[in-house]
Amino acid sequence: MSAPARSRTEADLVLAPADDELILGWRDSEWTGIAPFLEEDVAFSSIAQGEIGHARALYELAAAELGTTADELALDRAPDEYRCAPLVELRLPDWERTIARHWLYERADAIRIEALKDSPWNALAGLAAKIDREEVYHRMHADMWADRLRATEEGSRRFEAAVDELWPFALGLLDEPLRGRLCETVGRPAAAPVERGSHTEELRPLWEEMTMVRRSAPGATW
Amino acid sequence: MAVWEVFRQEREGAPFQHGGALEAPNEEFARAYAIELYGRRNESAALWVVPREAIREIDRPYVAEVFDRDYRRVDGYSLKVKLKEARERAGTVSD
Repeated sequence: MSAPARSRTEADLVLAPADDELILGWRDSEWTGIAPFLEEDVAFSSIAQGEIGHARALYELAAAELGTTADELALDRAPDEYRCAPLVELRLPDWERTIARHWLYERADAIRIEALKDSPWNALAGLAAKIDREEVYHRMHADMWADRLRATEEGSRRFEAAVDELWPFALGLLDEPLRGRLCETVGRPAAAPVERGSHTEELRPLWEEMTMVRRSAPGATW
Repeated sequence: MAVWEVFRQEREGAPFQHGGALEAPNEEFARAYAIELYGRRNESAALWVVPREAIREIDRPYVAEVFDRDYRRVDGYSLKVKLKEARERAGTVSD
């Protein structure tokens, strides 16, 4: 399909959070089978699946506007056409950075969802409210892990270092007017954000793997 | 890590039944994992999480089994035969 319009059309407004949820869900799913213990494996895999489910619902909304399908939006675009923020693209093969991203993402996403709930586009506002109900569990999970890591000296040092490292990326998740609220809820001063719009080198290998099966049989009906 | 026993209520008003156990480092995690493992598909109206160490198992043999007190139980002896004999004496046997 052709690239979505560069102007901030309604569909474009939905594609940024949709791509964030898809790519973060994909990254989180990399922990399936290798999480620190079994209960966490189930819980984190379920969160990953939850994010991809939210992406699907948002893509469906955008697809209706653009005259395409959710699958085409999720899997048939070129890597440069994705609107996700660099935060979600990062490959983070250690637990403290994964939890730091999860925690920062949930805090930022809560602010974004609140804003989307007020959207004049009724379908989007309704979907945001529905997503919000599921995100309550994700936030609870992120907060309990942040508390857990902060409970020991070593955990605290490693977790806070990870949050510091990812903080400029987290700011890039939100539109400028919403960033002040993120600074408040995270308890960190404003910094130069890693903005949405360009991609890290880590997106392409992710995309190669994510779209591999679909690209193996273009146009197939599955 | 501690083991937590999970009890689930299938629908409001129903008795809680043992669902299974999970491992979690503290109560907060136990609650979250209980939701994940026993409530994610809306299959439970309510959940209890109980630290396994809070459960007291009562050792056998139970007192009731030490002495033979079968007569205390309603199945200790059969009424059927006595009832039949009584009915015959009274001439009210129906079958």
